[in-house]
Amino acid sequence: MKRRNFFALTTLAAASLLAFSTPLRAAEPLKVGFVYVGPIGDAGWTYAHDQGRLALEKALGAQVKTTYVESVPEGADSERVIRKLATEGNKLIFTTSFGYMNPTEKVAKAFPNVIFEHATGYKTAKNMGNYEARFYEGAYLLGVVAGKMTKKNSLGIVASFPIPEVLRNINAFTLGAQSVNPAIKTKVIWVNSWYDPAKERQAAETMIAQGVDVLGQNTDSPATLQVAQEKGIYAFGWDSDMVKFAPKSHLTANTLDWSNHYIETAKAVIAGTWKPKETRGGLKEGWIKMSPLNAAVSADATKAFEAKKKAMIEGSFTPFQGPIKDQTGAIKVAAGATMPLKELMSMNFYVEGVEGSIPK
Amino acid sequence: MLRLELRPEPSRLMMFASPMLAALAMLLTGSILFSFLGQDPLQGFYVYFIKPATTLYGIGELLLKATPLTLCGVGLALGFRANVWNIGADGQLTMGAIAGGCVALYFQDVDSAWILPLMILAGALGGMAWAAIPALLRTRFNTSEILVSLMLVYVAYLYLSYLVHGPLRDPDGFNFPQSKMFADAALLPILVEGLRTNAAFLVALLLTVGAWFFSTRTFAGYRMQVSGMAPAAAVYAGFSEQRNVWLAFMISGAMAGMAGVGEVAGPIGQLQPSVSPGYGFAAIIVAYVGRLHPVGVLLAALLMSLLYIGGESAQMEMQLPSAITGLFQGMLLFYLLAADLFIHYRFKPAHSSATRATPVSRGEIAS
Repeated sequence: MKRRNFFALTTLAAASLLAFSTPLRAAEPLKVGFVYVGPIGDAGWTYAHDQGRLALEKALGAQVKTTYVESVPEGADSERVIRKLATEGNKLIFTTSFGYMNPTEKVAKAFPNVIFEHATGYKTAKNMGNYEARFYEGAYLLGVVAGKMTKKNSLGIVASFPIPEVLRNINAFTLGAQSVNPAIKTKVIWVNSWYDPAKERQAAETMIAQGVDVLGQNTDSPATLQVAQEKGIYAFGWDSDMVKFAPKSHLTANTLDWSNHYIETAKAVIAGTWKPKETRGGLKEGWIKMSPLNAAVSADATKAFEAKKKAMIEGSFTPFQGPIKDQTGAIKVAAGATMPLKELMSMNFYVEGVEGSIPK
Repeated sequence: MLRLELRPEPSRLMMFASPMLAALAMLLTGSILFSFLGQDPLQGFYVYFIKPATTLYGIGELLLKATPLTLCGVGLALGFRANVWNIGADGQLTMGAIAGGCVALYFQDVDSAWILPLMILAGALGGMAWAAIPALLRTRFNTSEILVSLMLVYVAYLYLSYLVHGPLRDPDGFNFPQSKMFADAALLPILVEGLRTNAAFLVALLLTVGAWFFSTRTFAGYRMQVSGMAPAAAVYAGFSEQRNVWLAFMISGAMAGMAGVGEVAGPIGQLQPSVSPGYGFAAIIVAYVGRLHPVGVLLAALLMSLLYIGGESAQMEMQLPSAITGLFQGMLLFYLLAADLFIHYRFKPAHSSATRATPVSRGEIAS
């Protein structure tokens, strides 16, 4: 293998010489690496990221070459994987889970010529940006539909981990429902996992037994929807369209589409115009897409849903604008104000109407 | 019809050859698998098993990942030899990480050389405390230590999750579930500049030698071996079963706890909701592939570590799915158990045997 390495080195040297002497020549494809927290599978968080990767390949063709590593644990292993991707010549690396933040930062320091983009965190560096979808916009719209479709005024959410992102979604869902139906209450069961079909199923069954008749989720498996279908109640898809798992119960889904971000970022890196920043996108930017509404959704609900969606796309409305009260009734956001970004990022309370307390 | 019959004397040579045979069979099946996946088997073999170890950094990573596997595996092997089944090393590892992490966070502003030794000590004690529960229940109430130690793993996970969501959460971390990063004084020193291999690897080597010395050169170690090989003889000799249970759990608990400190004070550098991708469970395979011998365990840990890292490079370079790692690990254990079965038993045509063959009912699989 020594000889092969030698050839590789010389060709690399020659290529870099060429690149320096003739900057206008068509360059090597940009190698783009992706680190996934789960298996790609056929639904959910990682699946959505991989769809973004495929869209990037399709859009930029021979200009990019992508590589991914799936099921990378968020502990000590992620640093090695990220570093390996950088060593293998990837010049742009997307790390797609919160737990990769500190490892990404460490590797970014060691590879100043590689650009890193970390999803759902809060750190940036000279060669590291972060990105996150305003997923709560979609959660709010699910709430609007749920508020209209519930008969018992009792909603439930199968939740993963009590982190700000998930709390934003639970609160937005509840606020959306209250906007059309002030009487609703939301129950939450934490399953302490992003993907655990057995636990998700159990949580859904428990809430149905407690009288919940529309279920939301902030987890990755279609188990909640399947339970809903069995018990004849309604639920929503999450991260990706899950209608095939429960055609009767699936009212719509809050889905992520990372294609725009991946394509735009790769283009910026190729053009040399990339700058580290905190990129956010929602309905307006096309990062969040709502799946088609189920035929069961009433005309009334459809109207409310479309109106709020339009307002968010136009920018005339955001879910966390006042007045918003927490569980104790204390004003969190005054009427006419919107929640500051820092508070939004570190959200740690339930709005009025959510039952129970945040696990400590 | 064929029946299984107990061999009068298992071959000692084969006992040591069986991990090799298992590895060979795994490679063979692996190459068939590679060709089914449309890959050149030789190329697959190279990318999976050779390439990770071709760079200094790669070797560093192998040693880094082998460290917790060795620590847990060596401890477990001592117990398994005495028929004491600690399945909960991952929980003890987690409790060790918590105890060590608490020391690091408590002395956040103290820059002193005694912090690391104190963390390691706390980690060992944390692991021992967690291991003491199944040991106590077993010796007092004869409860199955397999079930108790296994169940306590999940309790430990949840306890860690509670801590990083609550009392130990970084106040400047936007309410994300993680502790502050540890101060430099609370991080294990790196052995070679540029690699992540840290002092925990040396601790693992030292304890491997220590475990070998304990089991071959001390009376307590001898008692544990006899109890495993011939329980009746051990009872007749007046060896206390309770003492063995306690010793096994205390040693394996302490070592797993130290492995936990090695992770949080090493490559992770903080407490977070999960500190181990299941090292305590993988260590069970490691212990058996290593023939329950400390040096064997060390080698097996390196092999296991290679399986993990090779899986990553197979994904990166050949676009193979990540499930392939689990497949290789499973095959290794499967072939090993199969090889061991034929070390202890042999096929015999049923009709020709005058005495009925012994059915496979012996609890132990390996020696």
